[in-house]
Amino acid sequence: MRNTARHATIALSLAALFTGASLMPQVASASAESVAKGKAIAWNRKQGNCLACHVMAGGESPGTIGPPLVAMKSRFPDRKKLFNQIYDATKSNPETRMPPFGTHKILSNAQIEAVIDYLYTL
Amino acid sequence: MKMTKLAIAAMCCALVSTGAFAGKKATDTTPEQDLKTYQSFFLKRFPGVPLNEFGNGVYAVNSIWRDNWKAIEEFPPYDPMIDEGETMWNTPFANGKTYGSCFNNDPAQRKNYPYWDDARKMVVTLPMAINECRTKNGEKPLKYAKGPITRILAYMAYKSRGQKINVVIPNKDALAAYNKGKSIYWARRGQLNFNCGSCHVQSSGQHIRTNVISPALGQATGWPTYRSKWGDLGTLHRRFMGCMKQMRAKPFKPQSEEFRDLEYFLTHMSNGIAFNGPSARE
Ligand code: HEC
Ligand code: HEC
Repeated sequence: MRNTARHATIALSLAALFTGASLMPQVASASAESVAKGKAIAWNRKQGNCLACHVMAGGESPGTIGPPLVAMKSRFPDRKKLFNQIYDATKSNPETRMPPFGTHKILSNAQIEAVIDYLYTL
Repeated sequence: MKMTKLAIAAMCCALVSTGAFAGKKATDTTPEQDLKTYQSFFLKRFPGVPLNEFGNGVYAVNSIWRDNWKAIEEFPPYDPMIDEGETMWNTPFANGKTYGSCFNNDPAQRKNYPYWDDARKMVVTLPMAINECRTKNGEKPLKYAKGPITRILAYMAYKSRGQKINVVIPNKDALAAYNKGKSIYWARRGQLNFNCGSCHVQSSGQHIRTNVISPALGQATGWPTYRSKWGDLGTLHRRFMGCMKQMRAKPFKPQSEEFRDLEYFLTHMSNGIAFNGPSARE
């Protein structure tokens, strides 16, 4: 009994280590390719369409419904927090008008990660 | 200058909580309370815009768009369609009777709709009454979203211009229909998880890409509407369908119980504003 629990803990911390390890390099230096992909998704009307509501540097005719997406690195040092805001904004604000991109399968996790790589250039 | 002021007004209200209407169950507030809540919300959000002006939709709250629209209204694209409607009004059905026989021989009927029909326990809208007049007289019903029905509606709306909206909710059953409409208004739906208020209450006056979003207040006044995008007149329920598609939700059918209840709720919100159809929109 105790043993199983201990194994589980080890397995969990190992898993944490691995995901941590695989995420770290991405944060440090997102590839130009991923940034470009993320930008395309964010600007595309059929995908992220973030421009419908947010000012994003260089984006044409942005909406004014959400706050401008600027200085993202300093405002969102915690990548996980940014992911959560995009994955399901209703979690932090039940009355939000921002679509829950992850929960409603508008974007895949990989697409959200690419969008975040792009956001960190803003 | 005026534009900047309005834009700033809209921006600083962007964070206003709509918990007052959005978070609650439809049955938590009465229609009288709702009327006060909504009208004062919009009057505060757009200071300087008089109540009746909300009947002009987005053009009441955005001066750049307004100038463009005023130019269009100099030579209204719907003018010939009012004439077509007048011809329909005056042309007898195969049985020799006319629309007038169903409407007291007076086309200025807009103020009487939508209303609660207690015998049938349902909300009756003007397009529905027009089709009931047709079928009663042996004619085929018209399609509800676009086409000939918009012509007769345009004529009747034109003759009714200036009548004040006064939607009455006479009893418990009518209240249930009103509350159903209210729930539909505030239900999040579709892939984008919006409700109608996400845009027309919480984001009213703001830009969604190049579009400026109209306030919910006054939205029921100007129908049928000529939209440049449609290149023709369309009914209120056609617009409802378009907005539901924008939400990536499956739209209800024109004149379905859902849309009639929604119209009942939405029109009631504008009580006191004058009917001004037909109208022109981007
Ligand atoms: C229909 C409107 C809408 C769309 C589309 C939208 N957002 Fe938002 N977003 C908002 C609103 C409104 C807020 C303000 C906070 C809230 O209500 O959750 C917000 C907040 C945010 C925040 C937090 C900003 C801050 O300064 O706190 C981020 C980051 C964000 N959005 C990113 C995105 C990304 C990335 C996309 C596209 C993939 C997107 N949004 C699409 C409306 C939208
Ligand atoms: C994603 C944003 C969005 C949502 C959600 C939305 N609408 Fe709209 N709606 C618009 C835009 C943009 C327009 C065109 C500009 C305007 O507001 O007149 C519009 C126009 C309208 C109009 C015409 C207004 C006029 O003066 O001609 C009506 C009526 C309307 N919407 C009702 C609804 C209803 C009812 C719902 C919910 C079932 C809804 N909308 C949901 C964005 C939205």
